[in-house]
Amino acid sequence: MKHILKIMALVVAISAFWIGLLRTSIVSDSYAWLLPVYLVLSLGCYGLLMVGVGLMLFPTCPQEAVLLQQDIAEGKEFLKSKGIDVASD
Amino acid sequence: MEEEEEQQQQQKKGKKKYYSIIVPTYNERLNIALLVYLIFKHLRDVDFEIIVVDDGSPDGTQEVVKQLQEVYGEDRILLRARPRKMGLGTAYSHGLKHASGDFIIIMDADLSHHPKYLPSFIRKQQETGASIVTGTRYVRGGGVHGWNLMRKLTSRGANVLAQTLLWPGVSDLTGSFRLYQRSVLEDVINSCVSKGYVFQMEMIVRASRKGYHIEEVPVTFVDRVFGSSKLGGSEIVEYLKGLVYLLLTT
Repeated sequence: MKHILKIMALVVAISAFWIGLLRTSIVSDSYAWLLPVYLVLSLGCYGLLMVGVGLMLFPTCPQEAVLLQQDIAEGKEFLKSKGIDVASD
Repeated sequence: MEEEEEQQQQQKKGKKKYYSIIVPTYNERLNIALLVYLIFKHLRDVDFEIIVVDDGSPDGTQEVVKQLQEVYGEDRILLRARPRKMGLGTAYSHGLKHASGDFIIIMDADLSHHPKYLPSFIRKQQETGASIVTGTRYVRGGGVHGWNLMRKLTSRGANVLAQTLLWPGVSDLTGSFRLYQRSVLEDVINSCVSKGYVFQMEMIVRASRKGYHIEEVPVTFVDRVFGSSKLGGSEIVEYLKGLVYLLLTT
């Protein structure tokens, strides 16, 4: 099944549930009408929160840059000993 | 019966897996030499070959590769050049045609993918029997160096968007440091049409949809020239287009 169909099925299911709520008036009408707005807002908040948390916990590795420089120096030494010229002009 | 089983087990142990490492290059004279040195340093008891797919670099990358062949042997380093720049996706299928390994490893030549992680890819595959092992920067033990705040922000935003819309089952969609079972790569690569790093995303999403077993290992990613991998407006548009394309076709 194409993925867009899965998402659309989810949207349809949620809409059906919402229309059900409107019809049966378990919750008051004015409140039920606002539910989709809340849904969109909470989706947006979820997205922002995930980006924010991801940004705060962004894994960085400054020590790796140092190790890489050491590896590069070591590699250059080896290449020189084998007579491979890698100097860029 | 028991003897037969024993024999089979011995055969299994005796027949070592063969790995083909495909590295596309363009003007990577110094980097390819360092990369080859580091691969041989970190993969001591593994049978492997390196396939360099060079797109007609004018800086003499191919001459350096030929010198490396003299040091390490022409059976270990294969140069399979193409006349001009023809793109990443076709570079992989070109390399694949000349690969003789049971497993194919794909990595970048610019040392952002460090060969010291290769043993963990291989170990993970052997432990889990996975069809694909993909390197991820976004878990404990992984990481990125050399990105400014803007680059991190776009990366996180893109990731959250893709995770929410595509449910891909892997944490790092655009990383391209991966190990594939040969038949799986052959199967997936033919159904992918995107270019650039959307191609990497399409490969892993399609593989995930086809139900292949995918495992992750942490890798680090060092940008050596600070801020060199800027994401411009056009890249963001390309990414969004890729996302919609994958939504509609997978």
